[in-house]
Amino acid sequence: MTRHIRHAAFFCALLLVALLVNATRIQVFEAPSYDDNIANRRTTIARYGQPRGDILVDGEPVTGSHDTGEHLRYERTYTNGPMYAPVTGFASQEYGTTLLEHSEDGVLAGTNPLLSPFALWNGVARDRYPGGDVVTTLRKAAQEAAYEGLDGRKGAVAAIEPTTGRILALVSAPSYDPSALSGNGSSVARSWSSLNKDGDKPMLNRAVRKTYPPGSTFKVLTAAAALDAGVVDDLDEKTDSPDPYTLPGTRTRLTNESEGCEDVPLRKAFEWSCNTVFARLGVKTGVKQMSSTATAFGFNDANLRIPFSVAESTFDTKVDKAQLALSSIGQYNTRATPLQMAMVAAAVANGGQVRTPYLVERTTRASGATVSTGGSGPIRQAMRPSTARLLKEMMVDVVREGTGTNAWIPGATVGGKTGTAQHGLGNSGTPYAWFVSWAKGDLDLEPKVAVAVVVEDADADRGEISGGGDAAPIARAVMEAVLKSPSGDGR
Amino acid sequence: MTKAGTTLVAADAPAPAVPLPRRRGIELALIVVAVLLSVYGYCAVGLARSGTVPPGAAGYGAGLGVLALVAHLAVRLRAPSADPLLLPIGVLLNGIGLVLIYRLDLETPGDRAAPTQLVWSTLGVALFIVVVLLLRDHRVLQRYSYVCVVAALALLTLPIFFPSVNGARIWIRIAGFSIQPGEFAKVLLAVFFAAYLAANRTALAYTGRRVFGSERLQLPTGRVLGPIVAIWLLSVGVLVLERDLGTSLLFFGLFVVLLYVATGRTGWIAVGLLLAAVGAVAVGELEPHVHGRVEDWQHPFASIEAGEGPNQLSQSLFAFAAGGPLGTGLGLGHSILIGFAAKSDFILATAGEELGLAGLSALFILYGLLVERGYRAGLALRDAFGRLLAVGLASIVALQVFVIAGGVTGLIPLTGMAMPFLAQGGSSVVTNWAIVALLIRLSDKARSRLGVPRAAAPADAKEATG
Repeated sequence: MTRHIRHAAFFCALLLVALLVNATRIQVFEAPSYDDNIANRRTTIARYGQPRGDILVDGEPVTGSHDTGEHLRYERTYTNGPMYAPVTGFASQEYGTTLLEHSEDGVLAGTNPLLSPFALWNGVARDRYPGGDVVTTLRKAAQEAAYEGLDGRKGAVAAIEPTTGRILALVSAPSYDPSALSGNGSSVARSWSSLNKDGDKPMLNRAVRKTYPPGSTFKVLTAAAALDAGVVDDLDEKTDSPDPYTLPGTRTRLTNESEGCEDVPLRKAFEWSCNTVFARLGVKTGVKQMSSTATAFGFNDANLRIPFSVAESTFDTKVDKAQLALSSIGQYNTRATPLQMAMVAAAVANGGQVRTPYLVERTTRASGATVSTGGSGPIRQAMRPSTARLLKEMMVDVVREGTGTNAWIPGATVGGKTGTAQHGLGNSGTPYAWFVSWAKGDLDLEPKVAVAVVVEDADADRGEISGGGDAAPIARAVMEAVLKSPSGDGR
Repeated sequence: MTKAGTTLVAADAPAPAVPLPRRRGIELALIVVAVLLSVYGYCAVGLARSGTVPPGAAGYGAGLGVLALVAHLAVRLRAPSADPLLLPIGVLLNGIGLVLIYRLDLETPGDRAAPTQLVWSTLGVALFIVVVLLLRDHRVLQRYSYVCVVAALALLTLPIFFPSVNGARIWIRIAGFSIQPGEFAKVLLAVFFAAYLAANRTALAYTGRRVFGSERLQLPTGRVLGPIVAIWLLSVGVLVLERDLGTSLLFFGLFVVLLYVATGRTGWIAVGLLLAAVGAVAVGELEPHVHGRVEDWQHPFASIEAGEGPNQLSQSLFAFAAGGPLGTGLGLGHSILIGFAAKSDFILATAGEELGLAGLSALFILYGLLVERGYRAGLALRDAFGRLLAVGLASIVALQVFVIAGGVTGLIPLTGMAMPFLAQGGSSVVTNWAIVALLIRLSDKARSRLGVPRAAAPADAKEATG
């Protein structure tokens, strides 16, 4: 019997060995594939198991993390959520992330290997580090001015610092509170579906993700191309412009909103926003020059990241003369994001140089040590400095005595251009009111701010809506806020 | 310890009856270690979860310590030569089980299982003490073998008259406590098998027809085989009716192991394996509940691929994988994702995730030691009943650990069963304490026999294998 007991014992030992070998298989050799299985909730739990890093404006966090004590522990909170939503986006446990929350997720969620003091090791260990912070280029005062200026009307504001490309304000209205989407559960699902059903599209970031026909504000660009190409040498020389202007090769007659546009010099045509003059100017400048200027300003670039992607602003390069004429006054297939038009104004203010706009000044570890810095995008010369100087003069005239007087700020030099863009089938839609401008304080050495404002549906009749009336006051408030607030050198 | 003991006896050969060292001091020291380890685990959970030592830590430690100490005193009093490893292993496994259940309770605030488990553990230790104190000689049990089998069958049949819970009719509910009578039946059946085989082993081994003229492959006569197969069929039939496949498998394994040990006939293994194969195929194909388990085992991620989310087995595998070699640390895993039965059948997944392969191996080795100590007692005993009983009880532990641990790690199809001492479930804890008590009694007998001079000692007992 002893021998058989030993055999049975040996059998039990075999069972034990089988268990140990199998446990090693599961826990060591096959573990990575189980860890990466999409149905394994542990990655999600780990992601929400620590407070998310914050997004900072003027040194103050505009985000936070709320400890729910639930399975997915930390939920995103937002201070002034609707105001900053076009910058932060949302970070939802159910619906993912957007905008800065999305493009800087590695830093905020603590998975970016650069957050580790020992980057190489962390890359191997796939550990999670305390979430880092994202310091934005925004100026709180400018953002507030833009948000309050739009006051819920459909539209958008983008403001940038011309000399650097820092984005100082980025507002879209109507907006939404991203904290409504932070958690999980039925209330979040309800918010999600109602936001998606809303006809006003509150989650659409109009400042960077929607393109509008730029209308008359595009004349800045047409003027720049014409001056650079030498089509016009003297701002005060009479142009040979008929009113109305028959589009080349067609019988369509283009007219003006204002009187006395016939043969007016460029300076006056700009001030009064004469369509006929600029349509003809665009045709005379030619597709090639117009296209290259537009591209230099940033049009037809689908790859702009600030760091989240920006919708492509378009200037059609395959057009006949009639289409070119319309394109040159910001109609036909010409479309631009508000951010793109702010870049146009900024280029004028900055001697013709276009700085790549950016929203993230730097990212830091939780300790404050810098992980990466922004603002290293390419610089392009969109027009000659002399052209920029002439355009500045003309834009200043618009604010001093033309359609943009609402943007005038005492103690500062302000240049601007209004626009009232028609759209819709047969131009039946309520026109978009545009205003693009820049400002330099009298004591400043450089221009401090360039702004683009678009208001989609100011509650007004078609005749009354205008860039000067609806959009210029908002631009003025934003510029004033930037000029008054301390400079951003401390960032 | 036995090896050291024999050496000592050999050195003192001239003295006729030097008693084997009783090692009660070692037992006490190991118990202290076991209690401290458990309290440490309890504190680790609290520190990981809330940064503070849980308020109940002192009470928990004191409770477990007092239980272990009283059990130790009982052993000192009535089984002074018993194997010093058995009791500490029981205390440590029970302590770790309580820690794991307490830890999982934190995830289910509305459903606290640890306090109930502590009550059952107390009952288990009480039963342990009663057995150690009252059962002076294991051979007494031999007399009650038929009482045992009747009681076992009654216990197995009882739940049929109660409503089924989660697809299995194995519980009865009395005064808020649910009891699994099948658990107790295990020990009773082991006693019966051991007694019956001890009495009839000669007949079973040496009479019967040869198959293919082979010496080894010899089938016993129907007259001897009849009663035992009848009993076995009955118990397995009851279990299949109750859909408790794990216990059914356990009984079958126990039956085959004991038959083999008693008779030494490989024919039994052949018959056993054949029966097992036929049974497994038949049940696996015909019974939808079991068929599903086999499917799950073959394709644990089928439900994920079908877009229905992970099933319990894949959640269990995720938990083990998340533990890796060293584990996440107590209180820091997410094995609660397994959902239903996380504290009972799947408790090992929590150990695997939070203690890692290292901790899991340690647990397996503890079970291995427990089984080995049982087998060692079996080898050292002289009477056939004692030997078979020790082997049977140790095999129950070994088979049960294999069936459930293999099930939750995807080695074999999953069958619901309690991990001895670790899993939530009162009947199981009480039964396991009874098993340890019987092993203590058996090893006491075995080791006090070893104390007699070498010449008188059984030839095969002194070279027990490890």
